[in-house]
Amino acid sequence: MRWPVRLLLFTALAAFAQSPDPGNWLHYQGNLEGHRYSPLTQITKANAARLKPAWVYQIDKLDKFEASPIVRDGIMYISEPPSDVTALETRSGKVLWKYKRTLPDGLPFCCGRVNRGVGILGDKIYIGTLDAHLVALDAATGNVIWDVQVADIKKGYSSTVSPLIVKDKVIIGSAGGEFGVRGYIAAYDAKSGKEVWRTWTVPGAGEKGAETWLGDSYKYGSATTWVTGSYDPSTNLTFWGTGNPGPDWKGDKRKGDNLYSDSVLALDADTGKMKWYFQFTPHDVHDWDATQTPIVTDDLWNGRMRKLLLFANRNAFYYVFDRETGEYLLGKEYVKQTWAQKELDPKGRPIRIPGKEPTPGGTEVYPNSTGATNFQAPSYSPKTKLHYVMTRDEGGIFYSGDDTYKEGSWYLAGRFVSKPGEEHKGAIKAMHPQTGTAKWEYPLAAGSWAGVVSTAGGIVASVTADGDFIVLDDTTGKLLYRFPTGGAAFANPVSYIGADKKQHIAVATGHALWSFTLD
Amino acid sequence: MIQLTPMRTLLLLALASLAGAQDKAPSDPASLAAGKKLYDFHCAFCHGKGDDGMAANLVTPVLVHAPSDAALVSVIKNGLGGGMPGALGMTNEEMWQVAGYVRSLGRTAPTSVPGDVAAGKAIFNGKGGCAGCHMVAGQGGKLGPDLTHIGVMRSPSNLRTSIVDPNAAIVSGWVMTHITTKDGRKLSGIRLSEDQFQINIRANNGQLLSIAKADSTNIQRDLSKSSMPSYAKTLTSTELDNLIAYLFTLRGGL
Repeated sequence: MRWPVRLLLFTALAAFAQSPDPGNWLHYQGNLEGHRYSPLTQITKANAARLKPAWVYQIDKLDKFEASPIVRDGIMYISEPPSDVTALETRSGKVLWKYKRTLPDGLPFCCGRVNRGVGILGDKIYIGTLDAHLVALDAATGNVIWDVQVADIKKGYSSTVSPLIVKDKVIIGSAGGEFGVRGYIAAYDAKSGKEVWRTWTVPGAGEKGAETWLGDSYKYGSATTWVTGSYDPSTNLTFWGTGNPGPDWKGDKRKGDNLYSDSVLALDADTGKMKWYFQFTPHDVHDWDATQTPIVTDDLWNGRMRKLLLFANRNAFYYVFDRETGEYLLGKEYVKQTWAQKELDPKGRPIRIPGKEPTPGGTEVYPNSTGATNFQAPSYSPKTKLHYVMTRDEGGIFYSGDDTYKEGSWYLAGRFVSKPGEEHKGAIKAMHPQTGTAKWEYPLAAGSWAGVVSTAGGIVASVTADGDFIVLDDTTGKLLYRFPTGGAAFANPVSYIGADKKQHIAVATGHALWSFTLD
Repeated sequence: MIQLTPMRTLLLLALASLAGAQDKAPSDPASLAAGKKLYDFHCAFCHGKGDDGMAANLVTPVLVHAPSDAALVSVIKNGLGGGMPGALGMTNEEMWQVAGYVRSLGRTAPTSVPGDVAAGKAIFNGKGGCAGCHMVAGQGGKLGPDLTHIGVMRSPSNLRTSIVDPNAAIVSGWVMTHITTKDGRKLSGIRLSEDQFQINIRANNGQLLSIAKADSTNIQRDLSKSSMPSYAKTLTSTELDNLIAYLFTLRGGL
């Protein structure tokens, strides 16, 4: 296929080294600290009402489109379901190249043929694939540079996470938490594709933490890592949230705290060695994966500057830690919950209310398994010092069921249904980390699966449950702009400078990627 | 799409059957027992025993959304828009077992129910006033659900419940809504969609209306109350039997 000369120039630009240009969006969360914040200021509170779609790119699949774009030097790189990659120019969203992966039949995955985005370093683009491979593509052509198997699909593994690029390594998490796999976080040499380290999220026999699993139940412990973690250059730690213990909804065979499920892990980025961990939901039986994005920031805490880690959890509590030591600093209920006492214990451990476990006849609990928040990416603005979180408010009826393990097969041991006769609601909450309370909240008629982005221009952008792209004032939550895109979002917005030198906000909704800019 | 000649198509079909592509749900006792166990766990919450749940009747030889067994497995796997979710936690084999069990329910379906169909039709269009709100084959009102296929969608017992105790058989997504606007208008109708900016209804006169929430002072949604009155005292027991017999014949050609 022949391309016009100017497009060839675009692709040539892609070979340039990593640029610190604020117009780029180089990581899943924009920066390594997990902020999903853009320092760009073209779009402001004052002019956001003049936003317009600049272009739309449509995919040709009906699977959920969960990609968070990467943008470098005016070229956008997205993943498309199931495990494809597309490079787009950003003047009108036209395709520069495509990588199409042929997948084997009968892949195990819980929640659709999805992928949350690619990673970029130098002249390569990285994607974790549904058949649990990590693939490096040439950024200029989409040609495969290397392709390594990360895990075995026969055991129930897959990969949906956008890789985290730290220095010369590609760090990738695991998926398969509904198939009784053993979760991991693994780092690969970006150049060669050689595995550098792998940290299991569930201890092996005799290892520390194995005693928190009854018998040999640790073998099927899950605790997968399917949302990208963050990284702190000042401590060289990478922080990853882990998922539910297996099986999801019945804990009889895995009595104990089930480490390191539903936890945040602080790992040395060079070696993968665990420096500290904190478990949010010991012995979870409600599928409350702690795979939300940990946010790295420094701020005053009781009068002294501290290195903080912020975490809005699926279990309906909001947490703050000292990220150097893992010291628990704050934990507070921020969405309706009925499973634990309102106050956590002094170490941040929840005090469970008896009788809230799933049963064969059903048990009502708030929140349901979709959680207070889930894989909707949060945003942190260093300007407002607020942590913007897409929340969901919905009760559920939890059932326990058969907990027989079979390799590569579903390992759920139960199910949940939404509480009948109740309509779920949602809100974008501007959490104040110092107090664990919302400074403002923008109520949504229904819970949305979109994440949020904030910018130095003073705005917060997201998408409502039925696909309205919305822009809010970052200090008041006032609505500044709305555009109905006509398809629900399962993705997270980003902001970048396009080839037109204008600031854009891009987000996937329905089966299309929208890029908004000022008229 | 690749164009296929008839000969190539035949060849492909022959190859497909040689490859043993599954197209028939299993009916052996072991599969049915496995299917029932899965059904009880995954499906019974909404479908009940098959004919007494809040969701579609499955004790019927014909399913509106599943003309073939493969289509039934597809519905089980992917769900339908609205209330029916796709299966979570079932293997392909298990989904076929559930399909087999559902088809076995269909084989037990009654072929007729007691009551006089013609007399029931007269009640539907006359004394009962049903046609004022419900459409059958393009004729009738617009307030309630279209009943063209109701004999396939609902069992006789479920139909009876719907008529004598409508609040016990509320149709998912069918929410009567009452809106008071800032300029003093009172509007009622079935909610078609809603977000935080607006609510869209089909008003009782059939008009499709979009109302900005900013222009309304009060919105009341009848989430657990049917807008249909109970006919327990309006119809005699014979009239009820006749009406159900008539409704049971409404199959829209299926």
